[in-house]
Amino acid sequence: MVDKIHRDQGRFRDIVRGKIRDNLRKYLSNGDLIGRKGKQLVSIPLPQLDIPHFRYGDNGRGGVGQGDGEIGRPIARGEGESGPGPAGAEPGEHLLEVDITLDELAALLGESLGLPQIEPKGKNRLERQKTKYSTVRRVGPESLRHFKRTYVAALRRQLVDGTYQPDAPCVLPIRDDRRYRSWRSTPEPDANALIIYMMDVSGSMGDEQKAVVRTCAFWIDTWLRSKYRGVERRFIIHDAAAKVVDETTFFQTRESGGTRISSAYHVAAGLLDGPFPHEDWNIYCFQFSDGDNWGEDSKEALRLLDQSLLPRCNLFCYGQVESPYGSGEFLRALDARFPAGADNLVTTEIEGKEGICDAIREFLGTGR
Amino acid sequence: MIAPTCRDLPKELVEIQSTMQHWARHYGLDFFPTLFELVDSEQLSAIAAYGGFPTRYPHWRFGMEFERLAKGYAYGLQKIYELVINNDPCYAYLLDSNSLADHKLVMAHVYGHCDFFKNNEWFRRTNRHMIDEMANHGNRIRRYMDRFGVETVESYIDACLSIEDLIDLHAPFVGRTTDRPDRYAFPEATAPDEPPRRAARFPAKEYMEPFINPLDRTESAVRKPEVEDGRPRVPEEPHRDVLGFVLEHAPLKPWQVDVMSMVRDEAYYFAPQGQTKIMNEGWATYWHSTIMTRHGLDARDVVCYADHCSGALASSPARLNPYKLGVELFRDIEDRWDHGRFGPDYDACDDLRERRHWNTRAGLGRQKIFEVRRIHNDLTFIDEFLTLEFCERHRLFSFGFNPSSGMYEIESRRFDEIKRRLLFNLTNLGRPIIYVKDGNFRNRGELYLEHRYGGAELHQGYAEDTLRNLHRLWSRPVHIETIRQDKKWVVSFDGQKLESSN
Repeated sequence: MVDKIHRDQGRFRDIVRGKIRDNLRKYLSNGDLIGRKGKQLVSIPLPQLDIPHFRYGDNGRGGVGQGDGEIGRPIARGEGESGPGPAGAEPGEHLLEVDITLDELAALLGESLGLPQIEPKGKNRLERQKTKYSTVRRVGPESLRHFKRTYVAALRRQLVDGTYQPDAPCVLPIRDDRRYRSWRSTPEPDANALIIYMMDVSGSMGDEQKAVVRTCAFWIDTWLRSKYRGVERRFIIHDAAAKVVDETTFFQTRESGGTRISSAYHVAAGLLDGPFPHEDWNIYCFQFSDGDNWGEDSKEALRLLDQSLLPRCNLFCYGQVESPYGSGEFLRALDARFPAGADNLVTTEIEGKEGICDAIREFLGTGR
Repeated sequence: MIAPTCRDLPKELVEIQSTMQHWARHYGLDFFPTLFELVDSEQLSAIAAYGGFPTRYPHWRFGMEFERLAKGYAYGLQKIYELVINNDPCYAYLLDSNSLADHKLVMAHVYGHCDFFKNNEWFRRTNRHMIDEMANHGNRIRRYMDRFGVETVESYIDACLSIEDLIDLHAPFVGRTTDRPDRYAFPEATAPDEPPRRAARFPAKEYMEPFINPLDRTESAVRKPEVEDGRPRVPEEPHRDVLGFVLEHAPLKPWQVDVMSMVRDEAYYFAPQGQTKIMNEGWATYWHSTIMTRHGLDARDVVCYADHCSGALASSPARLNPYKLGVELFRDIEDRWDHGRFGPDYDACDDLRERRHWNTRAGLGRQKIFEVRRIHNDLTFIDEFLTLEFCERHRLFSFGFNPSSGMYEIESRRFDEIKRRLLFNLTNLGRPIIYVKDGNFRNRGELYLEHRYGGAELHQGYAEDTLRNLHRLWSRPVHIETIRQDKKWVVSFDGQKLESSN
């Protein structure tokens, strides 16, 4: 019987996966999912998954409730239905939110873009602590209080000191009786990856270009996180000078200065020299730019890339986002410097939103 | 049956069962033999997803439901305590991770349900061997899947399920038509000299005659069916059982007819459970609390019992808990009939003090609630027994949707408003009332449905998608007439595009 239900569940999952796969290109290019991501789950709105019936709209679905409250007090949110617009313009309006794990989403991404598996560089020296709630302690936050254990402790205490009266059974826990759920931690070996995002934030990178970068980064994260257990990310922005920033700043900063790509490489190389030695970490670098660079700088940048970054990275990707102002010069310089292409260097041009899909396939198709 | 899950109950549970059964009998409950099965949470979620029938046909929506239930259990958001199915013998499932106190509670509760299934009038026409029937349905549908493909059969079932709620809840009590006439046999224009049909007349005393056989009723029945272009209408009168009408008249293949009739049988089987949710849960809760507090509880069970019982009876503002409402109403009825707070004398009394202390020592409470559980369904139950005093005591309110804020807001604490709202929600299981008005619309075999507007509009998105599914079954254009913003609208789907017109 449990087998049977798993078959039905399988059918359901297939339908969900099918719907997501059908729409994946859409999700890939319009960044819809970025706001819907939790720690492990993405919630995806799917059209028409449930079985439609004739039913009342919001205006017919009031009811009767119980409790206090003035007239006019809001008690729940409506599901929001747009008014009777021109019929037939939209497909059925009802959506069902389906949660799928990031791993599943990554698997779908892999399936539909034909991405190869990644072989981690077999570094298991790092450990991480895994926690599990499996024990009870005397201290802890109230939200984790174990009601039954607390009660039993209080009851036992009262029985022992004789304050419990069977005729008037009243059990009052005191501070000492409180019990809280708690955790134990065990170390586990871990394969770790570092993703370094670099972006040119000089004036020529507009909002549209940044949206493209953001969407790319979301999918790269999704894919790599499904392959490594611990993923760290570092964000580097640069104009003429570079610095490490947090994710929000990364996507919001806009500067007006000139452009020196080498400055970003310097900072990235600094990370690898310092907190993230490449012996322990699988290193992934993604650089996004419109291709402009200050004339003299390219030589220095390429030298750094060749000597301090490429030898230490699993993968170095350069995505050139098409921009009305960018010259695209750096891509040419890169291709000229590595005419045969290095094993772990991928360069591509991203032509707006529609190009995201292909760029991701290029980047992650190397299986590194 | 259900060989893989069937386990003999452990000895202590058998003892509890016989105790509970003894007390249930002692209070006059009358039930089918009841078989308990001990299952783990995954099995219980699976059985619940199948609506209680492990032998049910395969369909993805059971998988969806299973995933929801299993996830809810895994995250500690919800837990299914009891699951009992209306069958002779009754099957009930116990969750193996529950404590003994829980098992006692659940068993006492289950006997309440079993008594209700057996004795409530609305269940009288349900199939008491549904477990076997469901297994047969499962086999037949699996065979069709083997033959025509899972995809084909499943998506056809989807379409059938879209209109599974368009049935006539009262049909089981007036006899249903099961013959299937030829789909092309639209009646010819009637010969003018055909003798007029006689309307049914019920025997009545003379002074009751106008009430029992009202003139307009008998006349309209005698009158010839409405004629348009010289052809009679199909159906003659608007037909409530849309699913049955489609089954009889749509151009379906034999396997499709079979599948749809199974869907329809199951819809009729489950309907009384929807119609008596408040009563059924209230009745079972009444009995588990009576039996447990008077006989079943050991000292060590009290905390656990009180905790879980209050959990089951908790209500949130936006959702009236049927367990709570039901049990409180039954207790209220018992109390009123014990004190004689009913009948013309009590109704006529408008001295509040006197009403409050009214006591004729009638002692009819128990007897009354047994009578109520026999003849009522939720709609008549609320209509008959929800009183002003009850509403005030339990701080009931009605709420509605406020389009300007997009929120549900408390609308009123007036008794008549609350009752109206509650009755509306219970009428036709809270779903729109829809009739087949014409099965040969425009003389082109199109299906014309009519929504009987009662103040609430149809949800547009759902209505459109339902029409699409209905079109797959009917194969000709389908229409539904409804009211939108106080105007008549007809939404149509012809297989290509949707159209709304007014």
